Amino acid sequence: MRILTGNDLKSGAVIWWTGHDWSLHVEDAVDVGEHGEAVLAAEDGARRVNGGYIVDAEATPEGPRPAHIKDRIRALGPTVRPDLTLKPADPTAGDWVI
Amino acid sequence: MYQYDKYDQGMVDARVEEFRDQVRRRIAGDINDDQFKPLRLKNGLYLQLHAYMLRVAIPYGTFNSVQMRKLADIARKYDRGYGHFTTRQNIQYNWIKLEEAPDILAELATVEMHAIQTSGESIRNISADQYAGAAADEICDPRPWAELIRQATTFHPEFSYLPRKFKIAVISAPEDRAALRWHDCALRIVRNGKGEEGFEVYAGGGMGRTPFIAYKIRDFLPAQQIFSYLQAILRVWNLHARRDNIHKQRMKILVHELGEEEFRRQVEEEFQTFLALATDFPQAEYDRIAAYFTPPPFETGLGDEIDRSDPDFALWVDRQVVAHKVPGYAIANISLKPIGGIPGDISAEQMDIVADLAERYSFDEIRATHAQNLVLPHVRKADLYAVWQALDAAGLASVNLDLVTDIIACPGLDYCSLANARSIPLAQKISERFANMERQLDIGELKIKISGCINACGHHHAGQIGILGVDRKGTENYQLLLGGSGAEDTSQAKITGPGFDEAGIVDAVERTVERYRELREPGERFLDTYRRVGLDPFKEAIYG
Amino acid sequence: MADFRYRDDQPHEEPAVTLDAFLEQPDATAVRLEAGEDARRLIPFLDRLQLIEISFPRFRDGRGFSSARILREAGYKGELRAEGDVLIDLLFFMRRCGFDSFVSQHSLNPADVEAALNRYSHVYQNATDEAVPIWKLRHG
Repeated sequence: MRILTGNDLKSGAVIWWTGHDWSLHVEDAVDVGEHGEAVLAAEDGARRVNGGYIVDAEATPEGPRPAHIKDRIRALGPTVRPDLTLKPADPTAGDWVI
Repeated sequence: MYQYDKYDQGMVDARVEEFRDQVRRRIAGDINDDQFKPLRLKNGLYLQLHAYMLRVAIPYGTFNSVQMRKLADIARKYDRGYGHFTTRQNIQYNWIKLEEAPDILAELATVEMHAIQTSGESIRNISADQYAGAAADEICDPRPWAELIRQATTFHPEFSYLPRKFKIAVISAPEDRAALRWHDCALRIVRNGKGEEGFEVYAGGGMGRTPFIAYKIRDFLPAQQIFSYLQAILRVWNLHARRDNIHKQRMKILVHELGEEEFRRQVEEEFQTFLALATDFPQAEYDRIAAYFTPPPFETGLGDEIDRSDPDFALWVDRQVVAHKVPGYAIANISLKPIGGIPGDISAEQMDIVADLAERYSFDEIRATHAQNLVLPHVRKADLYAVWQALDAAGLASVNLDLVTDIIACPGLDYCSLANARSIPLAQKISERFANMERQLDIGELKIKISGCINACGHHHAGQIGILGVDRKGTENYQLLLGGSGAEDTSQAKITGPGFDEAGIVDAVERTVERYRELREPGERFLDTYRRVGLDPFKEAIYG
Repeated sequence: MADFRYRDDQPHEEPAVTLDAFLEQPDATAVRLEAGEDARRLIPFLDRLQLIEISFPRFRDGRGFSSARILREAGYKGELRAEGDVLIDLLFFMRRCGFDSFVSQHSLNPADVEAALNRYSHVYQNATDEAVPIWKLRHG
């Protein structure tokens, strides 16, 4: 599947395209198929995303898992600071990245 | 140390308002990201993996307790309670919001700090010897010149849209603690036969994907002509650098393509142009700046003895404390490299403690080093024990200056949008592997430097052992390099051979170290042995 | 017509010729320098030139700043125009390097232009403008 990501212009937070809005959680990302470029152009123009791009991902029962480690680190947070990730209470969250 | 007058303050205040306006125009959509990016970069603001990152300048690595406390406040108020000291003596925050960045700059301006030209294609923060003004081996304090150059190169109208970044370093000691010749332009203060101060000038160095060691372009430049000479170098580069390929626009590439002689000839010709324009700062301005760097009121008649009855303290003294130019005083190095820690990271609480120690014991001065550590430059030997106790209680008393666990590492793929592989976990695993103190001391000086991509922010080209993270088909892979140096015996590290995965690279480092211990002759550092025996015996140990 | 012009004399609107064309037949009074062209080749003719236009094909390409200073330092008194990808935040530096008119491919808000040109009351170093460097103010 192909999903969309970028950073929020004002906060810089990593965001994922849910089909109608942006979410902080990669689990909410939807497959955009062939429409990625069009969505990005519109959202970038409206300044709802900064530096948006298309990511290849694998559909899993837990939700989309980006193909590249860089996007998995973006989705979770720094592997060296589990306390600062989106899942600070889950000690195994980092396994999903590697 | 230097203090702003109304003019300096006016410049940083105006800068804050300028950036506030630029942010407003970006959020309003008046400028697009392509247009905004160079503007935010010139204010040290990057867009990284998880958020914006703000890099704050610490000019020539010198700052005081008020500034450190402000850095701690910013970490708590606008970030997540910590900061990261960089390989350019700066500090950066990882979790910044664009809409708050102007407020942060405004807070910095209240303590005479800024983020001006800490990134982008500009003349970057001037780096210097972290022991400046304290080192026993310096001929003078290089910081007045660094400050003069800082002012001269701030908002330079001709050189604010350069082909690429431009890095300057200034030292005045024979021992090079600033990675001098890895800079675009490197200045060493020397005295000529008449006792006059001047600069030995080096040009065309730099790391990145195409590393070059700077070559000496001038044996002696009269100190008063430095601004003319710098402008000449910058103009030759600005006019003639390529503009079609971002990877080939650093000055080192032009110097290499023109050749040393032709580059020097063009610079000397342009130098005459600038001399005639009389743009150099007068002696009176140098004197005004230098007055801020008069030595602090050191006590006289102090003893040199240190009570070494506490063995842990004695261990720390032997490794972290360096000779001061004044009897009874010492330079104390604070390691930001605890075993298993993140190199260069420091919590807001630790910042406050270092600030307190500086205020109480070091004439209110702190230094940041390019090796991502801190320094209290002027500590009475009699106070060292109290300083150590406070550091120890704060988790800041690691003993490893220039040892195998004193690792330089860039933020890598955990934070950086340019990275191909993570750097920090490697530094953590290597330091854990070599945690044993006796083993570290037995190995002796060994500088490991890790970069998560070819941009080389982790100085891997200058590592006695260097590690470069690359992306191999979506997985992290690490190349091993040996034999680099960022000291006065500058050299470029060489790649040993095929890369490794994360576990493999830690083993390869250990095999390298063990081979050194087998091969070394009495008194030889790792680098000495490597230079004597060459790469082959190590390759054999690494690859079998 | 320049979008923004900071001169008192009458605008000189003869079409600018290329550097090569000018050097072949140096009777034109307006020349256009592309980024990367050597401004010093115009030095022998500065007296007769009334308009030199320096192109900024991309705002990141800062060669034109050096070209402008070289011309002013050689004594050029005519109009010096920056043309192309000219953005608000370049204008202050351009003025300091000797440009006195701007033609931007973008539509620049005059209020923003005014603010950008007046943001800094002081400068640290000499350039080709009249601004007095801070070091001089400090020492009277």
